[in-house]
Amino acid sequence: MILVINICNERLHYLEFVKPICDILDNNNLKYFVKSYKEVSKAELDKCNKVIICGTSLFDNEFTKDLDKFKWILNFNKPILGICGGMQIIGLVFGGKIRKMTEIGFYSEYFNRDFLGLSEKCEVYHLHNNYIDFSKLAFDIFCGNEFSQAVKHKEKEIYCVLFHPEVRQKELFLNFLSK
Amino acid sequence: MKIGVLFSGGKDSAYAAWLAKKEGYEIGCLITIVSENKESYMFHTPFIDKVILQAKEMEIPLIIVKTKGEKEHELIDLEKAIKLAIKTYKINGVVTGAIESVYQATRVQKICNQLKIECFNPLWQKNALEHWNDLIKNKFKVILVSVAADGLNKAWTHKEINLQRLAELTKLSEKYKFHLAFEGGEAETFVVNSPMFNKEVKI
Repeated sequence: MILVINICNERLHYLEFVKPICDILDNNNLKYFVKSYKEVSKAELDKCNKVIICGTSLFDNEFTKDLDKFKWILNFNKPILGICGGMQIIGLVFGGKIRKMTEIGFYSEYFNRDFLGLSEKCEVYHLHNNYIDFSKLAFDIFCGNEFSQAVKHKEKEIYCVLFHPEVRQKELFLNFLSK
Repeated sequence: MKIGVLFSGGKDSAYAAWLAKKEGYEIGCLITIVSENKESYMFHTPFIDKVILQAKEMEIPLIIVKTKGEKEHELIDLEKAIKLAIKTYKINGVVTGAIESVYQATRVQKICNQLKIECFNPLWQKNALEHWNDLIKNKFKVILVSVAADGLNKAWTHKEINLQRLAELTKLSEKYKFHLAFEGGEAETFVVNSPMFNKEVKI
């Protein structure tokens, strides 16, 4: 069972940032349930075997004021995938700091080794005003350096991407879920 | 939140407007860009003059801005229109009917980001067949007003897309490999009635 965490504060954003990921899971007959980050309970974290933390819009950053609601990530030992805002949450929880950088649209990125099926040059869809520098955190960087685009925790199955794989890299989800 | 809807009169922007209303957003205005260029990258609106009739039936103010439709220049006109909507109707966000077009979505996102307002794309990445079924289920009366793809001829225009025609359209899209939601400009649609209209628009 996959727990899909919605971090959107605006209701209409659900359809843009959460539903496309649910559609990928539905199309592959994968069982999941969606919860707002404000409502995730210990029982739900125990029930699931993987977690996806979705992204949200450029100005929908309410989650940064609620980081205490994500402290469970530090002691969680099941695979997590953080997307855009989800990546920022994971970085902040592990001690990173928010930095400013706006990227909107398709960008060509270079993956220095295989990352959930992505390698070398890939065109990815970005939609962010912020990012986290993971270079001094306990994460390996697969794409970008200080301006981290794709990272994995050195010891845990925690994966993060700054771009939105639900737009052009749908297979990334299946590669993550096969972990 | 008060929003403006980028409105072409077609199925996607009309459905996006309805979704926004359903989710409790106040629609301050519709924003329509009239392009002189029929090959515009951003604005495909063959029945643009009829948008006035739709806005009347929806009882929502309409902002119309004309553009020559030159690539990237038309974005300046779009920005002008959104600025006017912010000033006149105090909107805090823009809703679009973008489904697959990264070109369109990216440009609207950039303008909204610059103007520091929210951008909503509630149909983003939506499956085309699911979208058509939702339109029909929610009583959107959609007709095709132009066709430009192998497998679609003039006989398809001015006919409502009901479940029977959708099944036929689906078969054709599989056979001729066109996008069922017409994301590649394979056809243009017009909404003659919807749950937001007081009565059907006659064209």
